[in-house]
This record gives sequence, C-alpha cells and structure tokens, in this order.
Amino acid sequence: MTAHFDPVAAVLLIPALSAALLAALPGYRPTATLNVIATFLTFLSAVSLFFGRPQPGPYLLVDDLNNVFIVLTTFVGFTTSVFSASYIGHELETGRLTPTFLRFYHAMYQVLMFAMNLALVANNIGVMWVAIELATLTTVLMVGIYRTHEALEAAWKYFILGSVGIALALFGTILVYMAARPVIGEGLAAMEWTALMTRGGEFDAALLNVAFVFLLLGYGTKVGLAPLHAWLPDAHAEGPTPISAVLSGLLLNVALYALLRFKMLLALNPAALAPGPLMVTMGLISLVFAAFMLYRRRDIKRMFAYSSIEHMGIITFAFGMGGPLANFAGLLHMTMHSLTKSAIFFAVGHIAQVKGTQRIADMGGLTVTNPVLGWGLVLGVVAIAGLPPLGIFMSEFLVVTSTFARAPWLAIVLVLGILVGVAALFLRLNGIAFGEPRGPTAKAKASYVPMFAHLTLVFVAGVYLPPALVAWFQNVAKLLG
Amino acid sequence: MRGLTFDVAHLLAGSLVLVSFLQLYQDRLYALLNMFALHAFVLALSVAWQAYVQNAPHLYVTALIALVFKAIVIPVVLHRIIVRLGIHREIEKVVGVGMAMLLGMGLVALSMVVMLRVTAGADPLAREDLAFALAVVLLGLLMMVTRRNAVSQVVGFMSLENGLVLAATGAKGMPLVVEISVAFSILIAFIVIGIFLFRIRERFDTVDLQALDRFRGERR
Repeated sequence: MTAHFDPVAAVLLIPALSAALLAALPGYRPTATLNVIATFLTFLSAVSLFFGRPQPGPYLLVDDLNNVFIVLTTFVGFTTSVFSASYIGHELETGRLTPTFLRFYHAMYQVLMFAMNLALVANNIGVMWVAIELATLTTVLMVGIYRTHEALEAAWKYFILGSVGIALALFGTILVYMAARPVIGEGLAAMEWTALMTRGGEFDAALLNVAFVFLLLGYGTKVGLAPLHAWLPDAHAEGPTPISAVLSGLLLNVALYALLRFKMLLALNPAALAPGPLMVTMGLISLVFAAFMLYRRRDIKRMFAYSSIEHMGIITFAFGMGGPLANFAGLLHMTMHSLTKSAIFFAVGHIAQVKGTQRIADMGGLTVTNPVLGWGLVLGVVAIAGLPPLGIFMSEFLVVTSTFARAPWLAIVLVLGILVGVAALFLRLNGIAFGEPRGPTAKAKASYVPMFAHLTLVFVAGVYLPPALVAWFQNVAKLLG
Repeated sequence: MRGLTFDVAHLLAGSLVLVSFLQLYQDRLYALLNMFALHAFVLALSVAWQAYVQNAPHLYVTALIALVFKAIVIPVVLHRIIVRLGIHREIEKVVGVGMAMLLGMGLVALSMVVMLRVTAGADPLAREDLAFALAVVLLGLLMMVTRRNAVSQVVGFMSLENGLVLAATGAKGMPLVVEISVAFSILIAFIVIGIFLFRIRERFDTVDLQALDRFRGERR
C-alpha cells in the first residue's frame, strides 16, 4: 500500500494476495497464522470504511447499506479464521485432512472472503453476479474436502442446485440490463447500481417484474429460502465446521444483500410489482417449514442448518414487510443471527471433535463433561431461540410487533413458526447438554475466544445498542424503503 | 437487408431450441455429447451473426470461445472420461421420452408466452432471442432433472449456460465483462465437475448418481 490508502482496494486485495500466498506455503502453523492475520487486516480495512470512503467508481461502490454488510462479513471471517486454526489442527491430528488439502483449504478460505467482499462492493450487477458464482464454487470445493461418500454427495447436490440458482440469477441480470438499456443507453452504465438507482423509475415495468422473479428464484436459492433450500442442510453438515459457520453467517447474507438491492430497484418503479409480498410469502414458508423440520434431526450440524433456514426466513419476511421499523428489525436480526449462528457452529465443531460424531443420540451431559463447551452451546441456543435479554430477542420482538401493527394474521403465523422452532431446539439441547454423559469425554483443545466474543456481542446488543449504530441502521432502513 | 438479418438470427436461435430437443431424447452418452457439440456449434454461429448484425466485434470472441471450448474441447474431454470410466451404456432417465418431449414443449410455450408479452417494447430481434434463450435455459433445466447420470447432468447444465450466452448476446451492447465472465465461469465449473467425477470414480467406481442416492441426507 502506498501513502494513499484505499480501503476498498484493501478489502479486495488482501484476501486475493493471501490466497495466492497460502496456496504456495506449506506447513500448518505458519499458514493458519497467516490466514488469521490476513482476515484481521481485511477487517481493519473494512472498519476504516466507516471513517472515509472513496467515491463510487464504475465497478466499485460503498454506501451506507453495504458498509454494514462488509464490516459484518470481515468480522465473522476473522473470528472464524481463529476458530478454524484450532479446528483444523485437530483435523490434521486425527488424519481427516492431509497437508495438501490443508494448503488448498486455506487458499480457498481467502478466495471465498475475496468473492464475498467483491459481491458486496460491486457497483456492477454483472460483477456482483460473477462474485456470487465464485463464492458458490469455492464453497462447493470446501464442502467436498473430506471426500467421504456423504461429503461428495452433499457437494454435488450443492453444486447442481447452486448452479441452477446462479443461472436463473444471470438471466434475471440480463433482463435488468434489457430494461435499463433504452433509458440509460448501451454499455457499462446500464449495469451500474448508481446509474440504475437514479433512473430506475423510467424502466419498463413488465420486464423488471419478470427479471425480479428470476432474481428471487436465483439468489433465493443461495439464501436458502424454502422450496429451494435442499442443498443447505447437506452442505452444512458435511463440510468442515468453519465453512458451515461462514456459510450460515455470511454467504446467505451476501445473497440476501443482492436480493435487497434489486428490491430497492423495483421499489423505484411504481408500475412494477411490489416485491414485498413475494418475499413475505417465501420467508414465511421457509420459517414454518424449517421449524417443523427441526424436530426430526439426528445430526447436530443439520439441525442448526435448518435453524439457519428458519432465521433467513424471518429476515426475508422482515425485509419483505418493508417500512422503517421492519427493515430495522431485519437488519438487526441479520447481524445478530450471523454472530450467534457462527458462535454455535464454533461450539458444535469442537463438540463433534470431542465426541467423534455428529449424531445427537451419541452426545449427552456436555455441561458436566466439557463445561465450557457445553455452557457455550447452551448460551448460543438460548440466544438463537430469542430469549431475553439477548440480541435476537430484541430483533425478533421488533419483527413481531411491527407485523402485529400492520398484518395481524401474518404475525400469528410468524409467532407460531418461531415458537415451534424454539421448542424443537430446546428439546434437542436438553439431551445434548444435560442428562447422562454419553460418548467420549476427552478435553477439547479448543479456542473459546471467538465463540464467547460473539456471544458477548449478542448479549451487549440485547441490553444496550449504541446510539450511533441505531442511527446508522435507521438510515439504512430508510434507504431500503 | 433488415428482413434477412432478422430471419437468419431467428433461424439460428430456433435451431438452438431444436438441438436442445434433440439432446432431450438421446439415450446414449456418446450421442448426447455429439448433440452437445452441435448445440455449441449452433450457438457459436448465432453469436457470430449477432456480432455481425450489431457491429460488435467483441462478440466474435464469445463466438470463438463457444466454438473452440464448448464445441470441441469439452466434448472431447468428456468423451475420454466416458471411455476411461467405461460408462458409454444407456442413460437412465427419470421420465420416458414421450413425457420429456411433452414437458419440453410446454416449457417452450411458456417461455414464448412470458417473454414475448413482457418485451413488447423492445426491438424484435432482441425479443425473439430472449424468448428462445429462455426456452433453451428451461430445456437445459429439464434435462438436468430428468437424468440420473452425472455426465448428462453436466451436459444439461452446459446447454443451460448456452441459453444464457444467447440471451446475453441478444441484449444489445451488453458489456464484454459479462460474456467473458460467463465463459470463465463455465471453465471453472468444468474444472470443478472434472474433479468431482474423478473423486466419485475413486470412491465408488460409478458415476451413476443413483448409486449415491443411498445417502438421503440424514444419518442413519
């Protein structure tokens, strides 16, 4: 970096360069450390965006909306890399991963961070699409990294469904360009967010409608919305746990971010269809479906994957409802869910390593045998279930109350879904955390810092939200319309 | 001249849909690969014609990529994989030929109805192209869901991507960024698939996905 420091370039270049470096370097300790350092530097550059951001260029754009996403992504990316260092160390000891794959794993981790950051800062709908496709392909490779029967099938399923989704999204992207071309003119400008958002009102409404349906189906697949969610539980369960954490905590958000941008574009055009009801419907279906599916889970990671579908449903629902309050609640819920769910996966990863299995039936009495992990998991589940005083309680409460004020019938379904999900989670948690100890009870060589850092943040957010953050979220909520 | 340009573009895009139908009922992998090569060849012609009509030289690059990479390299490589794995026998399908064809016709009708209605304002060339492109995309999807064999699913996915390229070139003046990225993504996707096929081979001595279906997701 020269004296002229460009945080946006740093957010992209640091992961890209470290990916190349990590692909070349051998050894576990130095590469794991380098991975942590790289993600930390990326996070710092992302934070510096709060204090000064460059003017939007033809390809890159940072505004109030994606700034939040970038900081959240780089933060969870950083903490996950800390967790990943200890997790992968254990996997090497047990021989599930070989050193060659380790090099590959670290390089892919950085490529994934690069792709997600690129998708977030892209000012061009084409570049955004490419970045999301790149992120998908990287995670496909990571999910299949154990090369077991199950991992391969999960990766294949993810690959096929993910590519279909991505293909539909590209078709939608092309249609948006078709709609913009007569107004803005040919060339790059007709794919730039900044140009699209200023002239969006003049676009052909019919074309935009069809485009949005394709985009909703395409990116909705990546968000994990209900009829299109089939890849999600498998991918979460069979990949390495750090990847499950990043998938749930970040990649789903990135896809949702793309969807939100297009929703804002449609909102500019009064003649176009209202995207809200579509999103509300898909969100509610995901929520209720996932809540019921939680009951019959036998695999701990699959269970939390379904919980992610449930929460993405709530978030999509909130954004679909729209309005300052619901959007605010959606943003807050998204942030809280990212933090909490990745903390849970940090705990689950170490638990699965201690027990040598992911079967819920083979786990028990964790709070007695491994108190820190056990209570960490309990805290995480309490948080994700939305009990006061933690952060998710507040965001869910806001979603529910704002819905009750505007559409009481939808709120009843919403509350029902949430309650069904909570009951299922506690039912399973009871067996895992309390009762007779089952399975191996060795001490875990774990790093607890990332997990408790996330949980502390969630707790603090539940008790006290800094006014600056509230003001920022309110501003973004207004932008979202 | 205007009439001729339109007619040729129409003919080529229409042939692409036709070849998609031809792919749909192939029951041998070799024949399927040949049909895919033809599909990519027609696409290359169609893109080249668009480049000529729109006077957009960068589109020739896209046409060349389609010709060299998709019509020649990929079919040859896949052919080799099939020979090495010894799986050139019949492909197992989920639904019969008749049913698949009927579904395919329904999808084509659907894409015509949807696209022609919403693009009423656009110029006729782009309209037709977009409608055909959607038909090709949907037929590719149909192929992916009606086949159990991994190689033919991959072929379905690639013909779906061909439809996307057709749509992208039909949208006049769409920046090169997208075309190249589409080409690149196919390349990447193909590498991914290659790795997977070999891994699957390594583990289970089969590329028939039905053999993988024992695992239904949930651990037993």
